[in-house]
Amino acid sequence: MTIKIANGAGFLGDNIDAPRLLVESAQVDYLTLEYLAELTMSILARQREKNPEAGYAVDFLDVLKSLLPALKAQPQLKIVTNAGGVNPLACTAAVGKILHAAGLSETQIGVITGDNLLPRLDELRAVGCDFKNLDTGQPLEEISQSVVSANAYLGAQPIAETLAGGARIVITGRVADASLTVGPAMHQLQRRWDDWNFLAGISVAGHLIECGAQVTGGLYRHWQNLDLANVGYPIAEINDDGSCVITKPSGTGGAVNRNTVIEQLVYEIGDPAHYLTPDVDVDFTTIEVDQAGTDRVIVCGATGRPAPTSYKVSLAYQAGFIANGQLLVYGADCIAKAQACGKMILQRVERANFKLQETLIECLGTGDGVPVHGSGVKESARKEVLLRVSVRDDCRDAVERFTKEFAPLITSGPPGVAGYATGRPQVRPVFAYWPTLVPKTFVTPTVCIKAAGKWNAIR
Amino acid sequence: MSSIQLGQIAHARSGDKGNHANIGVVAYTSAGFDFLQRQLTADRVATFFPKLGTSSVDRFELPRLGALNFVLHNALGGGASESLRIDTQGKLLGTAILDLPLPTPSTDELTKMMPTKNP
Repeated sequence: MTIKIANGAGFLGDNIDAPRLLVESAQVDYLTLEYLAELTMSILARQREKNPEAGYAVDFLDVLKSLLPALKAQPQLKIVTNAGGVNPLACTAAVGKILHAAGLSETQIGVITGDNLLPRLDELRAVGCDFKNLDTGQPLEEISQSVVSANAYLGAQPIAETLAGGARIVITGRVADASLTVGPAMHQLQRRWDDWNFLAGISVAGHLIECGAQVTGGLYRHWQNLDLANVGYPIAEINDDGSCVITKPSGTGGAVNRNTVIEQLVYEIGDPAHYLTPDVDVDFTTIEVDQAGTDRVIVCGATGRPAPTSYKVSLAYQAGFIANGQLLVYGADCIAKAQACGKMILQRVERANFKLQETLIECLGTGDGVPVHGSGVKESARKEVLLRVSVRDDCRDAVERFTKEFAPLITSGPPGVAGYATGRPQVRPVFAYWPTLVPKTFVTPTVCIKAAGKWNAIR
Repeated sequence: MSSIQLGQIAHARSGDKGNHANIGVVAYTSAGFDFLQRQLTADRVATFFPKLGTSSVDRFELPRLGALNFVLHNALGGGASESLRIDTQGKLLGTAILDLPLPTPSTDELTKMMPTKNP
Protein backbone atom coordinates (compact mmCIF):
# COMPACT_ATOMS: atom_id res chain seq x y z
CA MET A 1 0.00 0.00 0.00
CA THR A 2 1.25 3.46 -0.92
CA ILE A 3 -0.22 6.79 0.10
CA LYS A 4 0.47 10.08 -1.56
CA ILE A 5 1.10 13.10 0.64
CA ALA A 6 1.83 16.43 -1.03
CA ASN A 7 2.98 19.77 0.33
CA GLY A 8 1.65 22.99 -1.15
CA ALA A 9 3.11 25.57 1.24
CA GLY A 10 6.45 25.76 3.05
CA PHE A 11 5.91 28.94 5.07
CA LEU A 12 3.47 31.82 5.56
CA GLY A 13 4.05 33.85 2.43
CA ASP A 14 4.60 30.96 0.01
CA ASN A 15 2.99 31.05 -3.44
CA ILE A 16 -0.80 31.02 -2.98
CA ASP A 17 -1.51 29.30 -6.33
CA ALA A 18 0.77 26.33 -5.56
CA PRO A 19 -1.75 24.21 -3.60
CA ARG A 20 -4.40 24.54 -6.33
CA LEU A 21 -1.94 23.85 -9.14
CA LEU A 22 -0.72 20.81 -7.24
CA VAL A 23 -4.11 19.16 -6.78
CA GLU A 24 -5.15 20.05 -10.32
CA SER A 25 -2.13 18.25 -11.76
CA ALA A 26 -1.94 15.22 -9.45
CA GLN A 27 -4.35 13.11 -7.42
CA VAL A 28 -3.05 12.91 -3.88
CA ASP A 29 -4.53 11.53 -0.65
CA TYR A 30 -3.36 14.35 1.57
CA LEU A 31 -2.36 17.94 0.96
CA THR A 32 -0.24 19.38 3.76
CA LEU A 33 0.20 23.15 4.12
CA GLU A 34 2.96 24.39 6.45
CA TYR A 35 2.73 28.01 7.56
CA LEU A 36 4.70 28.42 10.79
CA ALA A 37 8.38 29.37 10.90
CA GLU A 38 10.14 29.84 14.24
CA LEU A 39 9.06 33.43 14.64
CA THR A 40 5.75 33.39 12.79
CA MET A 41 4.00 32.48 16.05
CA SER A 42 5.12 35.70 17.76
CA ILE A 43 3.90 37.81 14.83
CA LEU A 44 0.54 36.02 14.94
CA ALA A 45 0.42 36.45 18.74
CA ARG A 46 0.74 40.21 18.25
CA GLN A 47 -2.10 40.16 15.72
CA ARG A 48 -4.30 38.32 18.19
CA GLU A 49 -3.53 40.86 20.92
CA LYS A 50 -5.01 43.56 18.70
CA ASN A 51 -7.94 41.45 17.48
CA PRO A 52 -9.17 38.33 19.34
CA GLU A 53 -10.41 36.85 16.03
CA ALA A 54 -6.96 37.10 14.39
CA GLY A 55 -3.69 35.22 14.92
CA TYR A 56 -3.81 32.52 12.25
CA ALA A 57 -2.53 32.17 8.67
CA VAL A 58 -5.14 34.18 6.78
CA ASP A 59 -3.50 33.15 3.49
CA PHE A 60 -4.97 29.69 4.08
CA LEU A 61 -8.52 31.03 3.63
CA ASP A 62 -7.76 32.24 0.10
CA VAL A 63 -5.97 28.98 -0.62
CA LEU A 64 -8.96 27.01 0.66
CA LYS A 65 -11.33 28.95 -1.62
CA SER A 66 -9.10 28.04 -4.57
CA LEU A 67 -9.24 24.37 -3.50
CA LEU A 68 -13.05 24.13 -3.34
CA PRO A 69 -13.46 22.66 -6.86
CA ALA A 70 -10.86 19.99 -6.09
CA LEU A 71 -12.49 19.16 -2.75
CA LYS A 72 -15.77 18.63 -4.62
CA ALA A 73 -14.25 16.62 -7.48
CA GLN A 74 -11.77 14.48 -5.50
CA PRO A 75 -13.42 12.65 -2.60
CA GLN A 76 -10.12 11.12 -1.45
CA LEU A 77 -8.46 14.52 -0.91
CA LYS A 78 -7.85 15.61 2.68
CA ILE A 79 -6.02 18.67 4.03
CA VAL A 80 -3.69 18.82 7.03
CA THR A 81 -2.38 22.26 7.97
CA ASN A 82 -0.88 24.22 10.86
CA ALA A 83 -2.63 27.36 9.58
CA GLY A 84 -4.25 27.70 13.03
CA GLY A 85 -1.22 29.61 14.34
CA VAL A 86 -2.00 30.96 17.82
CA ASN A 87 -5.75 30.88 17.18
CA PRO A 88 -6.74 27.51 15.70
CA LEU A 89 -10.37 27.87 16.79
CA ALA A 90 -10.87 31.18 14.97
CA CYS A 91 -9.19 29.69 11.90
CA THR A 92 -11.47 26.65 12.05
CA ALA A 93 -14.60 28.82 12.38
CA ALA A 94 -13.50 30.82 9.31
CA VAL A 95 -12.87 27.59 7.39
CA GLY A 96 -16.32 26.32 8.46
CA LYS A 97 -17.90 29.46 7.03
CA ILE A 98 -16.18 29.05 3.68
CA LEU A 99 -17.10 25.36 3.33
CA HIS A 100 -20.67 25.99 4.50
CA ALA A 101 -21.13 28.78 1.97
CA ALA A 102 -19.74 26.49 -0.75
CA GLY A 103 -22.29 23.78 -0.01
CA LEU A 104 -19.86 21.54 1.85
CA SER A 105 -21.60 21.84 5.23
CA GLU A 106 -21.21 18.13 5.97
CA THR A 107 -17.41 18.21 5.66
CA GLN A 108 -15.85 17.25 8.97
CA ILE A 109 -13.24 19.70 10.25
CA GLY A 110 -10.98 18.77 13.14
CA VAL A 111 -8.99 21.22 15.21
CA ILE A 112 -6.11 20.48 17.56
CA THR A 113 -5.36 22.74 20.50
CA GLY A 114 -3.22 22.45 23.60
CA ASP A 115 0.09 23.71 22.21
CA ASN A 116 -0.36 27.23 23.55
CA LEU A 117 1.52 27.47 26.86
CA LEU A 118 1.39 31.28 27.22
CA PRO A 119 -1.62 31.33 29.59
CA ARG A 120 -0.07 28.43 31.53
CA LEU A 121 3.49 29.69 32.06
CA ASP A 122 3.06 30.60 35.76
CA GLU A 123 1.21 27.36 36.50
CA LEU A 124 3.91 25.29 34.78
CA ARG A 125 6.77 27.15 36.47
CA ALA A 126 5.06 26.54 39.83
CA VAL A 127 5.25 22.78 39.22
CA GLY A 128 8.92 22.87 38.26
CA CYS A 129 9.23 23.65 34.52
CA ASP A 130 12.12 26.11 34.45
CA PHE A 131 11.97 26.85 30.69
CA LYS A 132 15.68 27.64 30.69
CA ASN A 133 17.20 28.64 27.37
CA LEU A 134 18.50 25.52 25.59
CA ASP A 135 21.35 27.43 23.96
CA THR A 136 22.53 29.69 26.75
CA GLY A 137 21.22 28.05 29.93
CA GLN A 138 19.73 31.37 31.06
CA PRO A 139 16.69 31.12 33.35
CA LEU A 140 13.32 32.38 32.06
CA GLU A 141 13.16 34.98 34.88
CA GLU A 142 15.43 37.24 32.84
CA ILE A 143 12.77 37.74 30.16
CA SER A 144 9.57 36.42 31.72
CA GLN A 145 7.92 39.86 31.69
CA SER A 146 8.39 40.23 27.92
CA VAL A 147 7.13 36.84 26.66
CA VAL A 148 4.72 37.26 23.73
CA SER A 149 4.22 33.62 22.71
CA ALA A 150 5.07 30.15 23.99
CA ASN A 151 4.01 27.08 22.04
CA ALA A 152 4.93 23.41 22.35
CA TYR A 153 5.71 21.61 19.10
CA LEU A 154 3.04 18.90 19.23
CA GLY A 155 3.54 15.65 17.36
CA ALA A 156 1.64 13.47 14.91
CA GLN A 157 -0.54 11.51 17.32
CA PRO A 158 -3.36 14.05 17.66
CA ILE A 159 -3.33 14.50 13.87
CA ALA A 160 -3.76 10.75 13.31
CA GLU A 161 -6.47 10.75 15.97
CA THR A 162 -8.32 13.60 14.24
CA LEU A 163 -8.21 11.76 10.91
CA ALA A 164 -9.40 8.54 12.61
CA GLY A 165 -12.30 10.57 13.97
CA GLY A 166 -13.43 11.26 10.41
CA ALA A 167 -12.02 14.74 9.78
CA ARG A 168 -11.34 15.69 6.17
CA ILE A 169 -9.62 18.91 7.14
CA VAL A 170 -7.24 19.04 10.11
CA ILE A 171 -6.22 22.42 11.53
CA THR A 172 -3.48 22.69 14.12
CA GLY A 173 -1.48 25.33 15.92
CA ARG A 174 2.22 24.67 16.52
CA VAL A 175 3.14 21.12 15.53
CA ALA A 176 6.49 19.83 14.32
CA ASP A 177 6.65 20.39 10.56
CA ALA A 178 7.39 16.74 9.79
CA SER A 179 4.42 15.64 11.91
CA LEU A 180 2.03 17.11 9.32
CA THR A 181 3.14 14.19 7.13
CA VAL A 182 3.66 11.63 9.89
CA GLY A 183 0.08 12.03 11.17
CA PRO A 184 -1.67 11.02 7.93
CA ALA A 185 0.90 8.31 7.16
CA MET A 186 0.39 6.72 10.59
CA HIS A 187 -3.37 6.96 10.28
CA GLN A 188 -3.41 5.42 6.82
CA LEU A 189 -0.75 2.74 7.29
CA GLN A 190 -1.75 1.83 10.87
CA ARG A 191 1.56 1.21 12.55
CA ARG A 192 2.45 1.23 16.23
CA TRP A 193 3.73 4.45 17.81
CA ASP A 194 6.86 2.62 18.93
CA ASP A 195 7.74 1.38 15.45
CA TRP A 196 10.74 3.71 15.50
CA ASN A 197 12.25 2.82 12.13
CA PHE A 198 8.93 3.31 10.39
CA LEU A 199 8.36 6.62 12.19
CA ALA A 200 11.89 7.63 11.18
CA GLY A 201 11.21 6.87 7.51
CA ILE A 202 7.98 8.85 7.33
CA SER A 203 9.51 11.70 9.33
CA VAL A 204 12.23 11.93 6.68
CA ALA A 205 9.50 12.13 4.04
CA GLY A 206 7.91 14.95 6.05
CA HIS A 207 11.23 16.75 6.46
CA LEU A 208 11.86 16.54 2.71
CA ILE A 209 8.51 18.02 1.61
CA GLU A 210 7.85 20.47 4.46
CA CYS A 211 9.61 23.36 2.69
CA GLY A 212 7.59 22.99 -0.51
CA ALA A 213 9.58 23.61 -3.68
CA GLN A 214 12.95 23.47 -1.93
CA VAL A 215 13.10 19.74 -2.74
CA THR A 216 11.84 20.11 -6.33
CA GLY A 217 14.43 22.56 -7.63
CA GLY A 218 14.04 25.64 -5.45
CA LEU A 219 17.44 26.78 -4.10
CA TYR A 220 19.17 24.09 -6.18
CA ARG A 221 22.69 25.04 -7.20
CA HIS A 222 22.05 24.13 -10.85
CA TRP A 223 18.81 26.11 -11.06
CA GLN A 224 19.81 27.61 -14.42
CA ASN A 225 18.53 24.54 -16.28
CA LEU A 226 15.14 24.54 -14.56
CA ASP A 227 11.80 26.27 -15.16
CA LEU A 228 11.39 27.54 -11.61
CA ALA A 229 8.55 29.95 -12.52
CA ASN A 230 6.37 26.88 -12.97
CA VAL A 231 8.05 24.74 -10.33
CA GLY A 232 6.00 21.74 -9.22
CA TYR A 233 5.47 21.26 -5.48
CA PRO A 234 6.49 17.96 -3.90
CA ILE A 235 4.66 14.69 -3.41
CA ALA A 236 5.90 11.93 -1.10
CA GLU A 237 4.63 8.48 -2.09
CA ILE A 238 4.95 6.66 1.20
CA ASN A 239 5.33 2.87 1.19
CA ASP A 240 4.33 0.61 4.06
CA ASP A 241 7.97 -0.24 4.76
CA GLY A 242 8.63 3.41 5.66
CA SER A 243 10.51 4.22 2.46
CA CYS A 244 9.21 6.90 0.13
CA VAL A 245 9.53 8.22 -3.37
CA ILE A 246 9.83 11.99 -3.65
CA THR A 247 8.32 13.28 -6.89
CA LYS A 248 6.29 16.15 -8.37
CA PRO A 249 3.34 16.41 -10.77
CA SER A 250 4.25 15.70 -14.39
CA GLY A 251 4.35 18.68 -16.71
CA THR A 252 5.57 21.06 -14.01
CA GLY A 253 8.89 22.88 -13.79
CA GLY A 254 11.78 22.24 -11.44
CA ALA A 255 13.40 18.85 -10.90
CA VAL A 256 13.57 16.04 -8.40
CA ASN A 257 16.96 14.35 -8.52
CA ARG A 258 19.42 12.84 -6.08
CA ASN A 259 21.13 16.21 -5.64
CA THR A 260 18.00 18.25 -4.94
CA VAL A 261 16.85 15.66 -2.41
CA ILE A 262 20.19 15.43 -0.58
CA GLU A 263 20.51 19.24 -0.46
CA GLN A 264 17.12 19.38 1.24
CA LEU A 265 17.87 16.43 3.50
CA VAL A 266 20.73 18.41 5.07
CA TYR A 267 18.73 21.66 5.21
CA GLU A 268 18.41 23.15 8.70
CA ILE A 269 19.62 20.12 10.59
CA GLY A 270 22.08 19.80 13.46
CA ASP A 271 23.55 16.41 14.34
CA PRO A 272 22.28 14.16 11.51
CA ALA A 273 22.38 11.12 13.83
CA HIS A 274 19.74 12.77 16.02
CA TYR A 275 17.07 14.64 14.10
CA LEU A 276 14.60 15.13 16.92
CA THR A 277 10.85 15.38 16.44
CA PRO A 278 8.10 14.83 19.03
CA ASP A 279 7.45 11.49 17.30
CA VAL A 280 10.91 9.93 17.01
CA ASP A 281 14.69 10.49 17.20
CA VAL A 282 15.81 9.94 13.58
CA ASP A 283 19.24 8.85 12.37
CA PHE A 284 19.87 10.39 8.92
CA THR A 285 23.26 8.71 8.54
CA THR A 286 21.71 5.37 7.55
CA ILE A 287 19.58 6.88 4.77
CA GLU A 288 20.09 5.87 1.13
CA VAL A 289 18.95 8.11 -1.71
CA ASP A 290 18.68 6.85 -5.30
CA GLN A 291 17.25 8.06 -8.57
CA ALA A 292 14.28 5.83 -9.50
CA GLY A 293 13.19 7.53 -12.73
CA THR A 294 12.71 11.00 -14.13
CA ASP A 295 11.78 13.30 -11.25
CA ARG A 296 11.48 10.30 -8.95
CA VAL A 297 13.89 9.68 -6.08
CA ILE A 298 13.61 6.84 -3.59
CA VAL A 299 14.62 7.50 0.01
CA CYS A 300 14.99 4.55 2.38
CA GLY A 301 16.96 3.15 5.30
CA ALA A 302 16.28 5.79 7.96
CA THR A 303 16.51 4.37 11.46
CA GLY A 304 14.81 5.63 14.59
CA ARG A 305 15.15 5.59 18.34
CA PRO A 306 12.52 6.37 21.00
CA ALA A 307 10.97 9.83 20.86
CA PRO A 308 12.20 12.53 23.26
CA THR A 309 10.28 12.77 26.55
CA SER A 310 9.93 16.55 26.21
CA TYR A 311 8.32 18.76 23.65
CA LYS A 312 10.41 21.52 22.18
CA VAL A 313 8.85 24.90 22.94
CA SER A 314 9.15 27.92 20.72
CA LEU A 315 9.01 30.89 23.01
CA ALA A 316 9.39 34.47 21.87
CA TYR A 317 9.88 37.66 23.86
CA GLN A 318 9.99 41.27 22.88
CA ALA A 319 13.52 42.64 22.71
CA GLY A 320 13.20 46.26 21.67
CA PHE A 321 12.81 47.75 18.21
CA ILE A 322 14.62 47.55 14.93
CA ALA A 323 14.74 49.48 11.64
CA ASN A 324 16.75 49.34 8.41
CA GLY A 325 17.08 51.94 5.67
CA GLN A 326 18.74 51.77 2.25
CA LEU A 327 20.19 54.27 -0.23
CA LEU A 328 21.91 53.78 -3.56
CA VAL A 329 25.33 55.42 -3.70
CA TYR A 330 26.85 56.01 -7.14
CA GLY A 331 30.24 57.02 -8.48
CA ALA A 332 33.92 56.08 -8.54
CA ASP A 333 34.26 56.71 -4.80
CA CYS A 334 30.99 54.97 -3.97
CA ILE A 335 32.25 52.69 -1.19
CA ALA A 336 33.91 55.46 0.85
CA LYS A 337 30.92 57.71 0.17
CA ALA A 338 28.43 55.08 1.34
CA GLN A 339 30.41 54.52 4.55
CA ALA A 340 30.42 58.30 5.12
CA CYS A 341 26.64 58.54 4.59
CA GLY A 342 26.05 55.71 7.06
CA LYS A 343 28.23 57.37 9.68
CA MET A 344 26.52 60.74 9.12
CA ILE A 345 23.10 59.23 9.79
CA LEU A 346 24.27 57.60 13.02
CA GLN A 347 26.17 60.74 14.10
CA ARG A 348 23.03 62.86 13.80
CA VAL A 349 21.03 60.37 15.90
CA GLU A 350 23.73 60.63 18.54
CA ARG A 351 23.71 64.44 18.34
CA ALA A 352 20.01 64.27 19.23
CA ASN A 353 21.03 62.50 22.45
CA PHE A 354 20.08 58.95 21.53
CA LYS A 355 22.78 56.38 22.16
CA LEU A 356 21.81 53.41 20.00
CA GLN A 357 22.55 49.98 21.48
CA GLU A 358 23.34 48.23 18.17
CA THR A 359 24.16 49.65 14.75
CA LEU A 360 25.40 48.17 11.47
CA ILE A 361 26.50 49.73 8.18
CA GLU A 362 26.58 47.39 5.16
CA CYS A 363 27.79 48.32 1.67
CA LEU A 364 25.89 45.81 -0.42
CA GLY A 365 27.62 45.02 -3.69
CA THR A 366 31.05 44.76 -2.08
CA GLY A 367 30.62 41.32 -0.51
CA ASP A 368 29.21 42.61 2.78
CA GLY A 369 26.29 40.13 2.45
CA VAL A 370 28.68 37.44 3.68
CA PRO A 371 32.04 38.81 4.79
CA VAL A 372 34.44 35.94 3.93
CA HIS A 373 38.17 35.60 4.36
CA GLY A 374 40.07 37.64 1.79
CA SER A 375 36.99 39.38 0.44
CA GLY A 376 36.84 43.08 -0.12
CA VAL A 377 36.39 44.67 -3.48
CA LYS A 378 38.59 47.35 -4.97
CA GLU A 379 36.88 50.73 -5.07
CA SER A 380 37.53 51.18 -8.78
CA ALA A 381 35.79 47.91 -9.60
CA ARG A 382 32.42 49.25 -8.44
CA LYS A 383 30.19 51.82 -10.07
CA GLU A 384 27.58 51.80 -7.29
CA VAL A 385 26.78 50.19 -3.96
CA LEU A 386 23.62 49.87 -1.92
CA LEU A 387 24.09 51.40 1.52
CA ARG A 388 22.07 49.63 4.21
CA VAL A 389 22.04 51.00 7.74
CA SER A 390 20.36 49.09 10.58
CA VAL A 391 19.82 49.79 14.26
CA ARG A 392 18.26 48.08 17.28
CA ASP A 393 17.42 49.66 20.60
CA ASP A 394 15.16 48.96 23.57
CA CYS A 395 13.82 52.51 23.25
CA ARG A 396 11.34 53.01 20.41
CA ASP A 397 12.01 56.78 20.28
CA ALA A 398 15.67 56.17 19.49
CA VAL A 399 14.81 53.93 16.56
CA GLU A 400 12.10 56.38 15.38
CA ARG A 401 14.68 59.15 15.36
CA PHE A 402 17.05 57.02 13.28
CA THR A 403 14.36 56.59 10.60
CA LYS A 404 14.13 60.37 10.27
CA GLU A 405 17.83 60.83 9.45
CA PHE A 406 17.83 59.39 5.92
CA ALA A 407 15.83 62.11 4.13
CA PRO A 408 17.99 65.04 5.33
CA LEU A 409 20.87 63.65 3.24
CA ILE A 410 18.93 64.74 0.12
CA THR A 411 20.24 68.25 0.65
CA SER A 412 22.95 67.90 3.26
CA GLY A 413 24.80 64.76 2.17
CA PRO A 414 27.21 63.99 -0.67
CA PRO A 415 26.16 64.07 -4.34
CA GLY A 416 25.29 60.89 -6.25
CA VAL A 417 22.90 59.36 -3.73
CA ALA A 418 19.35 58.20 -4.58
CA GLY A 419 16.46 56.12 -3.28
CA TYR A 420 14.69 58.60 -1.05
CA ALA A 421 11.22 58.14 -2.55
CA THR A 422 10.27 55.08 -0.51
CA GLY A 423 9.69 57.17 2.60
CA ARG A 424 10.99 56.63 6.12
CA PRO A 425 12.05 53.13 7.13
CA GLN A 426 9.52 51.29 9.24
CA VAL A 427 10.11 50.68 12.97
CA ARG A 428 9.39 47.03 13.86
CA PRO A 429 9.26 45.28 17.23
CA VAL A 430 11.93 42.60 17.71
CA PHE A 431 10.69 39.19 18.82
CA ALA A 432 13.65 37.29 20.13
CA TYR A 433 13.71 33.52 20.08
CA TRP A 434 14.04 31.48 23.28
CA PRO A 435 14.33 27.76 22.54
CA THR A 436 13.31 25.61 25.49
CA LEU A 437 11.59 22.36 26.53
CA VAL A 438 8.53 21.18 28.45
CA PRO A 439 7.99 17.59 29.69
CA LYS A 440 5.32 15.90 27.57
CA THR A 441 3.34 14.93 30.68
CA PHE A 442 2.41 18.59 31.23
CA VAL A 443 0.87 19.08 27.79
CA THR A 444 -2.42 17.57 26.63
CA PRO A 445 -3.32 17.95 22.96
CA THR A 446 -7.07 18.30 22.53
CA VAL A 447 -9.03 17.29 19.44
CA CYS A 448 -12.42 18.64 18.45
CA ILE A 449 -14.23 17.51 15.29
CA LYS A 450 -17.43 19.04 13.90
CA ALA A 451 -19.13 19.42 10.54
CA ALA A 452 -18.44 22.65 8.66
CA GLY A 453 -22.05 23.74 9.16
CA LYS A 454 -21.64 23.46 12.93
CA TRP A 455 -18.36 25.41 12.98
CA ASN A 456 -20.08 28.03 10.84
CA ALA A 457 -22.80 28.42 13.47
CA ILE A 458 -20.33 28.93 16.33
CA ARG A 459 -19.22 32.45 15.45
CA MET B 1 50.07 27.13 -3.06
CA SER B 2 47.63 26.47 -5.89
CA SER B 3 44.03 25.85 -4.97
CA ILE B 4 40.67 24.73 -6.28
CA GLN B 5 37.32 26.07 -5.15
CA LEU B 6 34.93 23.90 -3.16
CA GLY B 7 32.22 24.65 -5.75
CA GLN B 8 34.10 22.65 -8.41
CA ILE B 9 33.49 19.40 -6.55
CA ALA B 10 30.45 20.04 -4.32
CA HIS B 11 27.16 21.88 -3.98
CA ALA B 12 25.66 23.25 -0.79
CA ARG B 13 22.62 24.62 1.00
CA SER B 14 22.38 26.67 4.20
CA GLY B 15 19.76 27.70 6.72
CA ASP B 16 19.12 28.72 10.31
CA LYS B 17 18.14 27.30 13.68
CA GLY B 18 17.71 30.26 15.99
CA ASN B 19 21.08 32.03 16.13
CA HIS B 20 22.95 29.05 14.63
CA ALA B 21 23.51 28.47 10.92
CA ASN B 22 23.99 25.15 9.19
CA ILE B 23 25.67 24.51 5.85
CA GLY B 24 25.17 21.15 4.18
CA VAL B 25 27.95 20.45 1.68
CA VAL B 26 27.30 17.66 -0.83
CA ALA B 27 30.11 16.13 -2.91
CA TYR B 28 29.31 15.28 -6.53
CA THR B 29 31.23 11.99 -6.40
CA SER B 30 32.55 9.53 -3.81
CA ALA B 31 36.13 10.54 -4.66
CA GLY B 32 35.11 14.10 -3.94
CA PHE B 33 33.61 13.08 -0.62
CA ASP B 34 36.82 11.29 0.42
CA PHE B 35 38.76 14.45 -0.42
CA LEU B 36 36.33 16.67 1.55
CA GLN B 37 36.48 14.34 4.53
CA ARG B 38 40.24 14.98 4.65
CA GLN B 39 40.38 18.60 3.59
CA LEU B 40 37.16 20.41 4.52
CA THR B 41 37.72 20.59 8.25
CA ALA B 42 35.62 22.53 10.74
CA ASP B 43 38.64 24.82 11.24
CA ARG B 44 38.83 25.62 7.52
CA VAL B 45 35.15 26.56 7.48
CA ALA B 46 35.52 28.71 10.62
CA THR B 47 38.54 30.48 9.13
CA PHE B 48 36.72 31.17 5.87
CA PHE B 49 33.96 33.07 7.71
CA PRO B 50 36.02 35.18 10.15
CA LYS B 51 33.57 38.02 10.66
CA LEU B 52 30.32 36.24 11.56
CA GLY B 53 31.05 36.07 15.29
CA THR B 54 30.83 32.26 15.21
CA SER B 55 31.63 30.77 18.63
CA SER B 56 32.39 27.25 17.32
CA VAL B 57 31.90 25.03 14.27
CA ASP B 58 30.79 21.40 14.47
CA ARG B 59 31.23 19.03 11.54
CA PHE B 60 29.04 15.98 11.00
CA GLU B 61 29.47 13.28 8.32
CA LEU B 62 26.84 11.58 6.17
CA PRO B 63 29.05 9.20 4.14
CA ARG B 64 26.19 7.36 2.41
CA LEU B 65 24.98 10.67 0.99
CA GLY B 66 28.45 12.07 0.31
CA ALA B 67 27.62 15.01 2.52
CA LEU B 68 29.11 16.97 5.41
CA ASN B 69 27.00 19.13 7.69
CA PHE B 70 28.54 22.15 9.38
CA VAL B 71 26.83 23.86 12.30
CA LEU B 72 28.12 27.40 12.90
CA HIS B 73 27.15 28.29 16.44
CA ASN B 74 25.97 31.86 17.11
CA ALA B 75 26.86 32.87 13.55
CA LEU B 76 23.75 34.89 12.73
CA GLY B 77 24.14 38.06 14.79
CA GLY B 78 21.07 37.20 16.87
CA GLY B 79 19.06 35.21 14.35
CA ALA B 80 15.98 35.75 12.24
CA SER B 81 14.34 38.67 14.05
CA GLU B 82 17.19 40.19 16.05
CA SER B 83 19.97 40.29 13.49
CA LEU B 84 20.77 43.62 11.85
CA ARG B 85 22.35 41.95 8.82
CA ILE B 86 20.66 41.66 5.46
CA ASP B 87 21.14 37.89 5.65
CA THR B 88 19.32 37.32 8.92
CA GLN B 89 18.87 33.60 8.28
CA GLY B 90 22.20 32.50 6.82
CA LYS B 91 20.66 31.94 3.38
CA LEU B 92 23.81 33.19 1.60
CA LEU B 93 26.31 30.94 3.38
CA GLY B 94 25.63 27.93 1.14
CA THR B 95 26.51 30.00 -1.91
CA ALA B 96 29.45 31.76 -0.24
CA ILE B 97 31.14 28.54 0.88
CA LEU B 98 31.46 27.39 -2.75
CA ASP B 99 34.34 29.89 -3.09
CA LEU B 100 36.29 28.29 -0.23
CA PRO B 101 39.81 27.39 -1.50
CA LEU B 102 41.13 23.85 -1.05
CA PRO B 103 44.56 22.39 -1.95
CA THR B 104 44.73 21.29 -5.59
CA PRO B 105 44.57 17.53 -6.07
CA SER B 106 46.28 15.88 -9.08
CA THR B 107 44.50 16.35 -12.41
CA ASP B 108 43.43 12.69 -12.40
CA GLU B 109 42.00 12.97 -8.91
CA LEU B 110 40.21 16.21 -9.70
CA THR B 111 38.53 14.66 -12.76
CA LYS B 112 37.08 11.97 -10.52
CA MET B 113 35.63 14.61 -8.19
CA MET B 114 33.83 16.69 -10.81
CA PRO B 115 30.24 15.97 -11.87
CA THR B 116 30.27 13.53 -14.80
CA LYS B 117 27.22 14.89 -16.59
CA ASN B 118 24.97 17.90 -16.34
CA PRO B 119 23.93 17.69 -12.66
